[in-house]
Amino acid sequence: MNSLFPSIVSRSQSSGLMNFFVPIISIVLTLITGSIIFILLGFDPAYALYTFFISPISSTYGISELFVKATPLALIAIGLSYCFKNNIYNIGAEGQLTMGAIFGGGIGILFHDTNAFWLLPLMIFAGAIGGALWGLIPAILKTKFNTNEILTSLMLVYVALFILDYLVVGPWKDPFGYSFPKSRPFSESGRMPLLFDGLRVHFGLIITLFLIFVSWFIFSKTIFGFQLKVSGYSPKAARYAGFNQTTLVFFAFAICGAFAGIAGLAEVSGPIGLLYRDISPNYGFTAIIVAFLGRLHPIGIIFASLVIALTYLGAEDAQLFLQIPSAVGFIFQGLVLFYLLGAELLINYKLTYKKLL
Amino acid sequence: MSDTILNIENITKSFPRVVANKKVTFDIKKNAVHAILGENGAGKSTLVKILYGLLEPDEGNIKLNNKDFKVNSPAEARKQGIGMVFQHFSLFDSLSVKENLILGIDEKMSYSDLEDKLENISSRYNLPLDLDAPITALSAGEKQRVEIVRILLQDPQILIMDEPTSVLTPQEVESLFVTLNALVKEGRTILYITHKLEEVISICDTVTIMRSGEIIDTSSTANQTAKTLATKMLGQKLDDLKTNYGHIKDEVNFEVKNISCDFNDPFLTDLKNISFQVRVGEIYGIAGVAGNGQSELMDILTGENINIKSGSITFDNKKIEKYGPQKRRDLSISFVPENRLGHSAVPELSLSENILLSQFPKNNFIKNGIILKNNVDDFANNVINEFKVITPGNDAKASSLSGGNLQKYVIGREISSKPKILIISHPTWGIDAGAEHSIRESLIELSQNGTSIIVISQDLDELIEITHKISVIYDGKLSKPFRTSEVEIEKLGLLMGGKNE
Repeated sequence: MNSLFPSIVSRSQSSGLMNFFVPIISIVLTLITGSIIFILLGFDPAYALYTFFISPISSTYGISELFVKATPLALIAIGLSYCFKNNIYNIGAEGQLTMGAIFGGGIGILFHDTNAFWLLPLMIFAGAIGGALWGLIPAILKTKFNTNEILTSLMLVYVALFILDYLVVGPWKDPFGYSFPKSRPFSESGRMPLLFDGLRVHFGLIITLFLIFVSWFIFSKTIFGFQLKVSGYSPKAARYAGFNQTTLVFFAFAICGAFAGIAGLAEVSGPIGLLYRDISPNYGFTAIIVAFLGRLHPIGIIFASLVIALTYLGAEDAQLFLQIPSAVGFIFQGLVLFYLLGAELLINYKLTYKKLL
Repeated sequence: MSDTILNIENITKSFPRVVANKKVTFDIKKNAVHAILGENGAGKSTLVKILYGLLEPDEGNIKLNNKDFKVNSPAEARKQGIGMVFQHFSLFDSLSVKENLILGIDEKMSYSDLEDKLENISSRYNLPLDLDAPITALSAGEKQRVEIVRILLQDPQILIMDEPTSVLTPQEVESLFVTLNALVKEGRTILYITHKLEEVISICDTVTIMRSGEIIDTSSTANQTAKTLATKMLGQKLDDLKTNYGHIKDEVNFEVKNISCDFNDPFLTDLKNISFQVRVGEIYGIAGVAGNGQSELMDILTGENINIKSGSITFDNKKIEKYGPQKRRDLSISFVPENRLGHSAVPELSLSENILLSQFPKNNFIKNGIILKNNVDDFANNVINEFKVITPGNDAKASSLSGGNLQKYVIGREISSKPKILIISHPTWGIDAGAEHSIRESLIELSQNGTSIIVISQDLDELIEITHKISVIYDGKLSKPFRTSEVEIEKLGLLMGGKNE
């Protein structure tokens, strides 16, 4: 007789080809599961999937929106890969994004009546600093007090959100804003330039592509990228090699925080133009899915960010045309992550049924 | 045959590259402490795992009380009356003693029944326990007590103890012995796995000595001395080997002085006042049974652990005990730790990339933080050719190589940078005979070219074959050095078993 539950046994050799197919398989399985959900809700699955995944990008405006959403996701995800490659589970990018928006946006508010070429660069720089500083808090806690970075980075998200909340209802409230919880608008030179007239896709996309390229170079050509990788694969080997793991933790957190901070600033100085409560629809959390779906590889992350950005747009269209709550978008994101982790496990392990006597 | 409880007949068990038990045959008498003595890898663990239902023998029979005994799981073994206390405990740290006991036994039992039974066991066998204490709060000795009590709750006839004293303080050892005596007086039998000669003589009645998977002898301990046991345990080592001392210079280039280090961890061995000197071109061997402080010492020699309590390491007239691994490499010290996968090499990375784990100043691998891939690849190809590493190429993953090939590659990587001293732990552990031979040859050749070498190994044959001097590490203390060409094997055996004279 076989036992009821399989046990998980490690595979001696994992297939390299499967590594490549895992993201694709996860997306296919997500679509199948999504169809089943739509059927259960009483919709024609073909029409629902069309509304969700095709109709949002069937116009120039839609494609531009896709890039608007994909920009912060890709930028944060590439930042997260510095941490994840090093086996550091920073899940506080949302907080680092918020801090970047506060620092950079703060500069924008301070110079709300200044129009000068240096304003936007200064805001971007401040955003990076804000995100990096917020990222360094869990790094210090981890290296000095051995705390679990998953908990500390997550808790700091809420601290950052409350600080933003306090600022926009308190000291930074727009004096001409009829008491709405929002700041003054930034001056024109404090806004991300638009790439095309009439479309919202902005200069943040160029910054993102540039930083993705730089990261590709760092990961594949420099000793720093190599050190991150070794210390992620085997901390013992990194110690043997003499790599300073404390420094690596600090750098990974600081870079990830800076990227998330720039993403946050790009949001407020791009599509939004001022500071208010809900600057991000959980980009910082969703980027975790993007990073893993893209297998921590720069090119992969670009594609993954587009796929996940589509779930945001699809959810909006689904709400409009199918009257389904937009939370369906989160369900799709959750499904992708679920199948991704499941497939990942099955690459390295197999299930066997033990013989019972 | 009424006083025999267990007959083991012709047990054979092979693993892919090694026969762990070869026709093992012996009897265990009832009501006694029976020792199984042997070096690491002698086949002791395999044998007891078969008895406890963790492994299935390829051949052979076991009889318990003259009835055929065949079990397929520890639970069945316990049902038949065989219990085992492992060297590493399997307890839930966050749960209390009581909860662990309830969870760990096969039958269901209420807390009040448990407490009744326990009172009985605790007083009878000198095993006091605080039932409500969490496991984390207990010392290693107390945790072991929980394990023993858990087994005793099921009333076993035979209790297997695997190296039970390795994690205990001397006082705890005393109290364990009182417990064991009480158990035997009651008619139980204890199978005691150890490599410590002293313990065999002081508490065991009979001893079975194993070497390379075979039974060498089973006899009463009454007429044995530590010396006779040591000889049997180690066997006749190759003693007609000629060691060449001609090239060694008088100059000492590596000196360890009074290194002590406390870890506060029952699974690590504290190092006590370790001192030794290595001359230019000399191969210095450190022998000993596993778990006597070798890996702890290795970490200190490589700089992976620089938190020593006292003492110094001097190399080329520089104090280096506070230097990390890279600073030591900068002085041309190179090292190869015991574990290839995940320590001296990263299995997921290519052979080329693995070169970068160990960089010496004269390697031109990095410029302004950017990896010079051509130089690294050339170096890797060189190592592959020169050390005859069998692999499709430098882009093959380290994990795809056999143990012997990867070890040749790692040692080749270190030797190719022509270090002034090589510190290597278990150079031929777990690899095939061909690779073993070529690695030993390259170490000897390296020393003849003026590199000093420190070899830590459990393999005494290996140390006698390649070293010029040997000392023995036991319980974190290092013996004085002996010239390999003159030392008596018995003497080393006694030191390895913890007997000084």
